[in-house]
Amino acid sequence: MISAVSLAPLAVALPILGAAVAFVLRRHKRSQRAVTISTLTLTLLLECWLLAGAWTNGAQAVLIGGWAPPFGISMVVDEFSALMLVVSTAVSLAVLLYATAQGMADGDDDGPISVFHPTFLILVAGVSNAFLAGDLFNLYVGFEILLTASYVLLTLGGTTARIRAGVTYVVVSVVSSMLFLISIGMIYGATGTVNMADLGVKLGQLDEGTQMVLHLMLLVAFGIKAAIFPLSFWLPDSYPTAPAPVTAVFAGLLTKVGVYALVRTETLLFPGDRINSLLMVVALMTMLVGILGAIAQADIKRMLSFTLTSHIGYMVFGLALGNLAALGATVYYVAHHIIVQTSLFLVTGLIERRAGTSNVDRLGSLAKLSPVLAVLFFIPAMNLASIPPFSGFLGKLGLMQGGVELGTPLAWVLLAGAVATSLLTLLAVARVWNRAFWRKAEDAENPDPLLLVGAKDGGRVTTYSHVANFPTSRYSDRGDTQLLPRTMVGSTAALVALGLALTVFAGPLFQLSDQAARQMMERTPYIEAVLGPQEGTP
Amino acid sequence: MSVNVVMLLVMGVLFACGVYLLLERSLTRVLLGLVLISNGVNLLLLTAGGLPGMAPLYDSAIEPGAYSDPLPQALILTAIVITFAVTAFLLAMIYRSWVIARRDEVVDDVEDRRVAEQSHFDFEEDSEIEADTTEFTSEDDDAAARAKAAVAAERRQASAEESAGTSDESRNREAR
Repeated sequence: MISAVSLAPLAVALPILGAAVAFVLRRHKRSQRAVTISTLTLTLLLECWLLAGAWTNGAQAVLIGGWAPPFGISMVVDEFSALMLVVSTAVSLAVLLYATAQGMADGDDDGPISVFHPTFLILVAGVSNAFLAGDLFNLYVGFEILLTASYVLLTLGGTTARIRAGVTYVVVSVVSSMLFLISIGMIYGATGTVNMADLGVKLGQLDEGTQMVLHLMLLVAFGIKAAIFPLSFWLPDSYPTAPAPVTAVFAGLLTKVGVYALVRTETLLFPGDRINSLLMVVALMTMLVGILGAIAQADIKRMLSFTLTSHIGYMVFGLALGNLAALGATVYYVAHHIIVQTSLFLVTGLIERRAGTSNVDRLGSLAKLSPVLAVLFFIPAMNLASIPPFSGFLGKLGLMQGGVELGTPLAWVLLAGAVATSLLTLLAVARVWNRAFWRKAEDAENPDPLLLVGAKDGGRVTTYSHVANFPTSRYSDRGDTQLLPRTMVGSTAALVALGLALTVFAGPLFQLSDQAARQMMERTPYIEAVLGPQEGTP
Repeated sequence: MSVNVVMLLVMGVLFACGVYLLLERSLTRVLLGLVLISNGVNLLLLTAGGLPGMAPLYDSAIEPGAYSDPLPQALILTAIVITFAVTAFLLAMIYRSWVIARRDEVVDDVEDRRVAEQSHFDFEEDSEIEADTTEFTSEDDDAAARAKAAVAAERRQASAEESAGTSDESRNREAR
């Protein structure tokens, strides 16, 4: 019987193979869709198996090509990476179904959209590679795979707005990758290894100043990717212009890969509380600046991009506290945030489809026009604002307990900041709710014609053809296109339900994340999984 | 660890020129800056492997210390390939930007400007509710209707001003 962990490389190889097949089949839409969706489903099943293995056996490593540990490439599956794999692939699958349904509903089978499916699979492969990477350079390669795929997805179609956003995004990402590569070069020069377990042993033997330089280099490189305060300017600038499913998957996954790398840096490579105070200040600024930005926005996508950067602050907060309770809550919070943020972006895509715009000044009446949409927005929005009993509340409760346990004055300031951010998030989503869903469309400043038009027979407006004869409509030549295709609503609902499942199964999940946190704090299970039993505990 | 001073100097010059070009507004220069920086990083990786030695092909007669370190070379090879792909993509994007906008520059975000210029007074949330909100307004219906009309007029005026302002702004930009 082969163990699950020896199949871990398949989590990267399967999507890449699927991407190759999907690219070959670019002229055959139907089979391309089938290949992409089945590949991702298969990957998800494999990763569930990996998670089950990690849950019972703890950290395990697979040595690729059979090379001895510090020299060859190793992939490590522990509780944290397995959980991230499962959550990220589940979210990607939902987004893929949504995007496929959107493409089918719009009938845009030609043009650059044919590269969407292969590129999406490559993005998933890159994310999986980053989560599984057991050495720094493999982590870098994982980042590059997912970033290159994300460049293509972000500029899909090559319109003026997307090219403008793409330029900022690509240049900032490349600079952060360069910083990461410079850090790898310096770390290799200092220790002679890039294997993370080996580094966990050897970095501690360097002198304090060198450690500090290497630590801060990595912090800046990952900080840009995770969009932490002074380095988060690029995110709200570039994400909102992309197509809805692309923004959704970016919001869910890309920054979290940065957070994952930060967690590994802080726990495995540079343990101890050397820069925890700095991280706490940074976390506070990330939370507050992000959420104040969110309140100023009129566009829902931009508002959500700002809440995204703001809530990264919570994860940094948990990491900075450096105790078991906080780290466990961080693991849970990352999973929660991936799911909730993605479902909110998907719902925004649906709002944009149903109402013609995502600008709250032009929206109204949506609760009456489409109650399903209202429910789908309300649940993840309240979840984001951490109203009990949703998972956001549980995650933040864990973080706060960690903060109280630490009990320093700075920790109390952060607790206050975290509560304020939570309330301001509630304000931001409540504004969207009041305007887009609750008020009448006639009360809006410049309501979109799509909201005002009624079906001739008094029934529901379900297709664009209802507004086809509207004098200034931009949907005039769209024909009989569905406003809210069932599969799009269905995949969004599945993701919202997954968010609710985080509350229902909070007990086992918290047990898992605590186990993950304990394992990361101890460090020895990870190091021994890769290098074999160590005599002197580092 | 001993290093080659010439390599360090070349690396420093590459990084300095790269950062300088990266801060320009022209996209082509930004791209050139990125290319220079990535070459600087490749040299850094090479330097991290220590002084050059024999080609790392195994021979039992050679001391292990006499080989040059093969790992940085493998890393550089990967890094070169990645830079190549990213450069190609950036070139395509710059060309696209040139085709659609005839400009080779980093452009400001219009929505950012709009948010920065919006007044912090919000009709929906901040205006005084002039109409009496109580349910017992049998004789004041006319007054309420008048107040509502006044608010609507005010809002129309404000939005007209705002749109005039933004069109001025765009005209200025065109002129520039």
